[in-house]
Amino acid sequence: MPQTVAERLDAINEFDREPVPEAKLQGPGNFAGLYAGEHVAGTEFVIGPLFVAHGVAAANLFLGLLVGNLLAVLSWAFICAPIATKTRLNLYWKLRKIAGPYLLVAYNLVNALMFCFLAGSMISVAATAVGIPFDMPMPQLSDLYPTSAAWVVTVLLVGSVVTMFAILGFEKIAAFSKVASPWMLLVFVACGVAVLPQLGVEQPGDFWGVANEVIWTGIPVEGRVHFTFWHVVFFSWFANAAMHLGMADMTILRYARKWQYGFFSAFGMYLGHFIAWVASGILVALALQQGGEVAPGPIAFLGAGLAGLVAVVVAGWTTANPTIYRAGLAMQTVTPGWKRWKVTAAVGVITTIAALFPALMMRLLDFVALYGLLLVPMGAVIVADFWLLPRLGLRENYAESRRLRVSLPATVAWLGALAFAWMLNVLFSLQIFFLGLPAWFFALLVYTGLSLFQQCTATTPVSVSSPSTA
Amino acid sequence: MDTLLKLISALGLALTVVPAFLVFAGAIDWTTHATLMVVGMIVWFVSAPFWMGEEPPALPFWKRRRPA
Repeated sequence: MPQTVAERLDAINEFDREPVPEAKLQGPGNFAGLYAGEHVAGTEFVIGPLFVAHGVAAANLFLGLLVGNLLAVLSWAFICAPIATKTRLNLYWKLRKIAGPYLLVAYNLVNALMFCFLAGSMISVAATAVGIPFDMPMPQLSDLYPTSAAWVVTVLLVGSVVTMFAILGFEKIAAFSKVASPWMLLVFVACGVAVLPQLGVEQPGDFWGVANEVIWTGIPVEGRVHFTFWHVVFFSWFANAAMHLGMADMTILRYARKWQYGFFSAFGMYLGHFIAWVASGILVALALQQGGEVAPGPIAFLGAGLAGLVAVVVAGWTTANPTIYRAGLAMQTVTPGWKRWKVTAAVGVITTIAALFPALMMRLLDFVALYGLLLVPMGAVIVADFWLLPRLGLRENYAESRRLRVSLPATVAWLGALAFAWMLNVLFSLQIFFLGLPAWFFALLVYTGLSLFQQCTATTPVSVSSPSTA
Repeated sequence: MDTLLKLISALGLALTVVPAFLVFAGAIDWTTHATLMVVGMIVWFVSAPFWMGEEPPALPFWKRRRPA
């Protein structure tokens, strides 16, 4: 019997329909390890250098990362974790109850597309390491399009291998990724420390002077926006906005015994998004000083030689694989009857084509900000539905209780928040890095207001009761 | 056996990161550091999968799909 697109999406996520039972809850160590591993990835080889290219001053970088990462940790702990531990549901099922199955399909497809681009940037990162032995001309900071035939061939090769592994054995890659994580973090540390003498740091006391004069000089590369303290704060806060304010990490934190486990995200933030970004920034400063290549592969080679190259490939590969897999899951809803391998292969092709464009890697900060902006409004909808609606005497999970296919308040809140962000950008020239927060609050207010209107003007009684914890 | 494997893995991590500090201190040159990092990488990846290989308990949903 033919299924609707919503039923197909439900079938894919069927296994996670029920709240996590008490016996399956996990202790704190798992969350510390999970967050530490997830946030030391291939992107870190790009983001640190891009801060240097955007002319961040040293004090702004260190203070900005301290504050921005703290705000990210607080968002996980106070926004995402409490709802995850009270409902014990993943994002998919919680959103389905609130927004309705058809809006969820649209959300899932946007998510899948973003995953494809994210995985594409990881393939680009890995290609910069694979191409070194073959003297491949590296893309420069200003490059947007494929720069050489060698680049195209290398990306196609890396993309094919990554896609093939995603088809053949995703579980093995996940296990390998777990093993690689501690080693990768130490490669970052080693790279940064080993090149300090070449930048003029002879003893620890020299570091701050060199940091200001040579590494984070406060002068942007031509064509790049100058980053201030606030840019660093908002970028580091919103780099994973889809996960905390966007509530995607309900999927993980629903296993936490206590909501306070959200604070374990600090392991990911301060190891990956502080130490690794600082280390890769140091590497690119040396590359710029020597007039060499600034792509991830060459800078990692400067710091750690062959081990650095392997780290770049591993970091890119282990991040791209689960991302392709997740995108494949989402895409399955619009490809009825396709075998799993066909969907993954199709996603791999889209991802590899995207990876051909160095713009994705060299404009990663903008892309990451866009990724967060597109998804955070739905997180605000969940927060409003869970905390605000019951206090206003309104019913939560309204789409489920009224068997609605699409929740109008959620749709208007999501699209309206994006339109509002676009207006802020056009009318007030507010850069993309700052748009996520107003968009989140906009969606929160609009969803609450429209829910009030919708439920107060409803003419028929609610047909199915909806317990708040399921 | 697990303890021995963990010790070997720790040695691999030490060989990955300690040489960088020795370069900073001027005790070894960059080439030696890069070579030791390769040795550390091999030691880590050969030993760690044996004791880190078990399935992590709190896997996200996309890693815990029901077998088709």
